[in-house]
Amino acid sequence: MLKPCTKRRKNPRAEDEIIITHYGYSDGSGEYYITIDTDKCDGCGKCVKQCPQSALRLETIFIDLEDKIVASVTDDQRKKIKYTCSPCKPESYNTPCVLACESKAINCTWKTQ
Amino acid sequence: MIESSIKSSVEFWRWEEYNRIMPGKKWTSKDLITAGVDVGSVGSKAAIMVNGEAYSWGITRTGSNSPESAKKVLDWALRDTGLKVSDLKYIVGTGYGRVNVPMANKAITEIACHAKGANYIWGSSVRTVLDVGGQDIKAIRSDETGRVVSFLMNDKCAAGTGRGMEVFADLLKIPIEDIGGISLKVDEEPPPVSCTCVAFAKTEAMGLLRKGWSKEKVLAAYTRAMAVRMANLINRVGLEKELVITGGQSKNIGIVSRIEVILGVKCLPMPNWRENGLDPMVAGAFGAALFAKALYEKAQKP
Repeated sequence: MLKPCTKRRKNPRAEDEIIITHYGYSDGSGEYYITIDTDKCDGCGKCVKQCPQSALRLETIFIDLEDKIVASVTDDQRKKIKYTCSPCKPESYNTPCVLACESKAINCTWKTQ
Repeated sequence: MIESSIKSSVEFWRWEEYNRIMPGKKWTSKDLITAGVDVGSVGSKAAIMVNGEAYSWGITRTGSNSPESAKKVLDWALRDTGLKVSDLKYIVGTGYGRVNVPMANKAITEIACHAKGANYIWGSSVRTVLDVGGQDIKAIRSDETGRVVSFLMNDKCAAGTGRGMEVFADLLKIPIEDIGGISLKVDEEPPPVSCTCVAFAKTEAMGLLRKGWSKEKVLAAYTRAMAVRMANLINRVGLEKELVITGGQSKNIGIVSRIEVILGVKCLPMPNWRENGLDPMVAGAFGAALFAKALYEKAQKP
């Protein structure tokens, strides 16, 4: 089992150079995205436990020649998060996953047209 | 009669599978030889690198069996090189079927590999990479070292991807390599089509053809719809120059030129892959082979 990487890089990068992963899509009805800041995410898994739809999981990604465990949206849910996430009222920006994250790594963008 | 029945059996979607050894490149047993195997949903790519320099590569169609496709494409890349799989110090698997690359020492997501590969092909000025694969589109922002900064991994469906183009090639009976050029043979861009779904688009396209639209006009309308979707993805991760396109659709001039018009930027010029340039379709495999080198060197350090 890999341990979450907690080591900070020697040269901290500028604000816009952290790795942001976007999951979701925009279609004719609006924009639906869950974004995870993989630099802030420490892979604690609290959001995964809090998600009532089981739409989140921990995933190993590859950054700077290291494996790091971070939260991500499951493959199954990526293409339908508009429906999966709607019971949590993402337009309020206070979904269980966002509130569960102590390092403020999760955000949601919900814009219905 | 006979001629027409032969014609109908031509597979217009079938794109060229090939392998290439970079001219003038040699290897010795002292060199660090690594490989990247990118098993995509539609195409499999393998690249061999000698000391971090592209040496050879191969492209084949992915079959229904990922491990076999991985083995086949690696054999293609090794063909006529005198190398054996055992000469490869480290192999990285990537792509849709990366967990099914049996000979790989490690699997890495295609996002990291495409950013690294684009950085290798076009140089350190690359900031935005659009990878148009067989079944999905990815928009990736990277820094000057090819490290991923931001990415949008998946759009809703296969619309606007390589597979969608294959469907149109078959429907309109036009070889897939010619689709991009033919889609540009219109005096003005036709009105946009409502739907980009591959399954429904076929029906809609048939309707348009029956209404008297030319093949060129239908292709122009769909290529534009696909380009608009891709441009939206890029805008979501943020467009920063220089922009490059990787994956199979980087060879589709109709897509590339329309994205340039919509976004108002020029992509970096496509390498002449038919002669001695690097093929942008193999970007993921090049990136994987570079990571293989870095990981091997890292493992050697005490």
